[in-house]
Amino acid sequence: MSQIDRSLGRAAPAAPPADIAVSVRGVSKNYGDVQALENLSLDFPRGQLTSLLGPSGCGKTTLLKIIAGLIPASSGSVEVDGRPVEGPGPDRAFVFQDFALLPWASVLRNVAFGLELRGVARSEREDRAARYIREVGLAGFEQSFPHELSGGMRQRVGLARALSVDADVLLLDEPFSAVDEQTRRKFQEDMLALVETERKTFIFVTHSIEEAVYVSDQIAILLPRPSRVHEVIRPSISRGGGGNIRRDAEYLDIVDEIWASLRSYVE
Amino acid sequence: MIRAGRSLARDAGKGASGGRPRVTAGTGRAIDAFRTHRSLALKVLSAAIVFGAWEIAGRVPVSYAFPTFINSMLALMRMVFDGSLFVAYAETLQPLVIGVAISALVGIGMGLWIGLNAASRWLFSPIFIVMQAAPLAALIPILVMVYGIGLTSKVFVVCIMAMPVIVLNTASAVANTPGSIKEMATSFMASDRDVLLKVVIPAASPIIFSGLRLGVSAGFIGAILSELKITPTGVGDIITYSRSVADYPSMYAAIFSIILLAVVFLNLLETLENRLFEGNNRGYVSD
Repeated sequence: MSQIDRSLGRAAPAAPPADIAVSVRGVSKNYGDVQALENLSLDFPRGQLTSLLGPSGCGKTTLLKIIAGLIPASSGSVEVDGRPVEGPGPDRAFVFQDFALLPWASVLRNVAFGLELRGVARSEREDRAARYIREVGLAGFEQSFPHELSGGMRQRVGLARALSVDADVLLLDEPFSAVDEQTRRKFQEDMLALVETERKTFIFVTHSIEEAVYVSDQIAILLPRPSRVHEVIRPSISRGGGGNIRRDAEYLDIVDEIWASLRSYVE
Repeated sequence: MIRAGRSLARDAGKGASGGRPRVTAGTGRAIDAFRTHRSLALKVLSAAIVFGAWEIAGRVPVSYAFPTFINSMLALMRMVFDGSLFVAYAETLQPLVIGVAISALVGIGMGLWIGLNAASRWLFSPIFIVMQAAPLAALIPILVMVYGIGLTSKVFVVCIMAMPVIVLNTASAVANTPGSIKEMATSFMASDRDVLLKVVIPAASPIIFSGLRLGVSAGFIGAILSELKITPTGVGDIITYSRSVADYPSMYAAIFSIILLAVVFLNLLETLENRLFEGNNRGYVSD
C-alpha cells in the first residue's frame, strides 16, 4: 500500500516512544465463546486523531471501551502515557454515540458533570463548563435542558463535557452517527479545528469511510471475526491550505482503496 | 425548543387578537388573561362540571341517601366552624401520617435494594406482589387479632395499602436505569455511591414519584378503611355515625374533605418533584 510506505517514510523520524500517547498490546476480548478481539496491537500518536474504521461487528467500540477502562480486556494490555489502564482515569474522556446526557440536568450541569464527579468546587467547575459551552458554540443555552436541544446540539454538550475535564485522550464512539448529514459535516470541520487547537490525542470510532479519511491523521482499518488490524493508513492530505479536502485527489483515492478492501466484509 | 415555541405561540396569539379590528380592547385583554391562566381556568371549569352534576343528581334525587352538593358543603362548613372536623382529623392523621411516612421511606429503600440486587428481587418482590393483590378488608380481622384495635393495626392497614406500589415502582425504575448514562458516569470516574445518588435515583425519580402518588392515595383509602373496619374514630367515625343517623350531607362532607386533603397532598408532592428534578418536567406534569 502506497500510503503505508509514505507514512512510514514520514513518521519514522518523529516516532520515538514518547510520542505514542496510547498503546494497545496484544489485546483479546472474549464474550463467552465469542471472540470479539484477537491479539490486537495498535499505537496512537500523541496530539493526532486516529480513526478506528471497519464494518459493523468488528469490535471498534469494544476496543474503545477497553481503552476507556469501561470493560476489561481478556488478555493483553493498554497503556496510556506508559501507565497500564486498570479502569476509567482522569487522562481519558469519553464521548458517547447516544450522547448520554442527564435529562434532568441543565446544559451547564451536564457539561460540568465530569468535574462534579472529580470533586471540583461548584463555582470553578461552572466557570470551566461555561468556557467550553462557548467553545462548542452553545453560548446562551447554559440553562436549557437536553430535551430542548436538537441532536447536534446535544452532542456538542457531550463534547464540551469531555473537553472540560481536560483529559489528554479523547475517546469518541461514533459521535456523529445520530446527527443529520449537514450537522455532521459541520462537526467534522469543527473536529479538525479542535485537533489543531486542543493538542489532545483523539481516538475516533466511525463506520463512515469518508468521515474517517476527512478527519484523521491515521486510520486503523479493523476487520471482523475475530477483529484484527488489517492496515494502518496515514493520509497526507494537506488540511491547512483552505482547499476543499473532499476534492483532494488523495482523499478520493484513499476512500476508494478502503472501500475496495472492506467491501467483501459487508453483508 | 419548547420554551421558545411556547413564547412564539403566545406572541402569535397576541398578534392575532391585536390584528382583528372588531375585537374591543376589553375582550382582547380577557382573551389574554384566559391564555395566561388557562390551566387554572380549566381546573375551575372541570370542578364546576363535577359539582354541578352532583348538585343536579342530588336534586333529582338519584337516591334518598344522596344529598345535594350545596347541602354537603353546608354540612362541611358547620363541621369546620364547630371544630368537630379538626378533632376528627387529629385522630385520622395519626395512622395516615405514620403509615405514609413508613411506606415512603421503607418502600423506597426496599425498592432500591430490590431493583439493584437480583437475589433480593427473587426473595422480596413476590411478597409485595401478593400484598398488592390481597383482599385487605378480609385480612383486617387477622391484624386486629395480632395487634389489637389500636394505632398499630391502623398503621399496618395504611402500610399494606401504600407500600407495595411504592416498592414495585421504585424497583422497576431502578432496575431499568439507562445503561449508557451509568456507563458515562463510570467513564468520568464516578464511585458506586455517585452512580446511585447522581444517576440511578434521579433517573428513576419520575417513576418513583408516580409510585409515591399512587401509594399515598392508597394510604388515604387505607386510613379511612381502617377507621371503618377496626374502630370508628376520626373521619371514619363521622362517616359511620352520620350514616347511622341518616345525616347524609355530613357523611358526604366527610368523604369530600378526605378527597380534598388527598388532592392537596398529591399537588404538594408534585411541586416537590418539580423542585427537585426540574429537567424531568417535560410538560406531562400539570401546573
